[in-house]
Amino acid sequence: MTISTDTETAKHVAHDKGPMYDADEERRARRKRNEEIAKYVIPVVVMSLAIWFWDRLVVWNEIEPYILPRPGLVLSTLIEDWGTLSSSLLVTLQITGLALLVAVVGGVGLAVLFSLSRFAEMSFSPFAVILQVTPIVSIAPLIFIYVESRLVGLLLCAWIVAFFPILANTTLGLKSADHNLRDLFTIYRANRWQRLVHLQLPSALPYFLGGLKIAGGLALIGAVVAEYVAGTGGIGSGLAFRILEAGYRLQIPRMFAALILIAVTGVIIYATTSLIAHFALRKWHESALKRE
Amino acid sequence: MPVAPLGERAAILHMREVDKTFSGQVVALRRMSLQVNEGDFISLLGPSGCGKSTALRLIAGLMPPTLGRIEWEAGAGADDIGVVFQEPTLMPWATVEKNVFLPFRLRGQRFPAVRDRIHEVLALVGLEKFAKSYPRELSGGMKMRVSIARAIATNPRLILMDEPFAALDEITRQKLNDDLLALKASTGATVIFVTHSVFESVFLSDRILVMAARPGRVISEIEVTAPYPRGLEWRTSPRYGEVARQTSDALNGALHPVGGLVA
Repeated sequence: MTISTDTETAKHVAHDKGPMYDADEERRARRKRNEEIAKYVIPVVVMSLAIWFWDRLVVWNEIEPYILPRPGLVLSTLIEDWGTLSSSLLVTLQITGLALLVAVVGGVGLAVLFSLSRFAEMSFSPFAVILQVTPIVSIAPLIFIYVESRLVGLLLCAWIVAFFPILANTTLGLKSADHNLRDLFTIYRANRWQRLVHLQLPSALPYFLGGLKIAGGLALIGAVVAEYVAGTGGIGSGLAFRILEAGYRLQIPRMFAALILIAVTGVIIYATTSLIAHFALRKWHESALKRE
Repeated sequence: MPVAPLGERAAILHMREVDKTFSGQVVALRRMSLQVNEGDFISLLGPSGCGKSTALRLIAGLMPPTLGRIEWEAGAGADDIGVVFQEPTLMPWATVEKNVFLPFRLRGQRFPAVRDRIHEVLALVGLEKFAKSYPRELSGGMKMRVSIARAIATNPRLILMDEPFAALDEITRQKLNDDLLALKASTGATVIFVTHSVFESVFLSDRILVMAARPGRVISEIEVTAPYPRGLEWRTSPRYGEVARQTSDALNGALHPVGGLVA
């Protein structure tokens, strides 16, 4: 009896408050809230646990720091060697960034050329495919023989790996404009240029941004791999060179510190390109929309 | 804008004995002749495969006829066309007003110069409050209204509509039919309307071309003499039922060439 009265009161209160939520909706809302929190908490907790376990592993097994350093030692090395490491990071960042920039300009430019001329596509796409499928490590030595400047050589290697996803995706995007819209442009007597600017480029934007996300990561990989091939020597060495150098000198904590910097750089590049995609598409594209 | 009675309108377009064949064997359209006059509302009615959309694409200049000619009267150019497809066909990356701006933009006009006109046609289709919205924020019927606004914005000599309301629910469809007639009354536009609905064609048009498939061809032309403006009164009048019956019979003749209900 009391229970039923309680329920009655609860219902009345709910009515007074306006929209009423039933049990199912409440459950869903709670689950969604929990997931929202878990999305941030779980990765942090698991990552911390993994680092803690790494630390314990070294202590329990009494592993020497030149085999596997403790996380704390890696951190302190990172801070101590910040001077050297940060300048190397800057070099790697410059090469990655420049390569990505050239890849965007070259990839989009070539894709537009392909869309304007089928003959250009037939002529040049085999070269693009060959460059893409040949492992960069195998081309790099030749590049460093032919190219005088080390920086240009590194840039070239990073560019070769980064530009293909942008070219391939943008080419696809330029071709995937809605066919009715294409007819409409024909009926309105749009010229080639208007069709490109007002129809094909906006249609290709989501595809291009997808390619950019992949290319960002690849540019970093290209920059690092190329430096391994380029080897020691010369001023302005990047993080890969620091890793090689520390390896020869058995400075394992320093290797780890440089490695962490590379990983963090990769994550930041990915986050940045994802953010760019989100803001460019959030007003209209399905991928960026939340279902209501 | 008053529209002259059927017999006294000036011609703007002639289709003369037009054939369209695909791959040299599929006859999409055979010997179609049609004179389109200023202010006509013509429906092309028929089952799938009767060539009604092909006829529309030929008139739009999206492809050339295999045989025969399509001739425009002087003063009206083939580029003076507005089109509404079955899908709204809006650019998802552009706002409603920028979508309606498209035909002006492709003519090299600047947005500020035509902003008033764009807002005027948006008001005509009842969407003036949604000028800055993106297509995804609109319902199916509203998107279709934007598409119609875009088609009439430049005051084209001829508006082609390819089953524009086929994907909408019946209630929205009737409302849009009413609104389309109101638009036509206020602009005096000439419309060619492709549909597979007998009732829609009888409600809207003053000429119905009934078409048949395999090969696609015109088998009958029906004049609907009821005066505009048409509304609920026309939709519920005995004459409407009669014309719908007559049209239906003609169409059934098309579906069952042997032993059908041929009048």
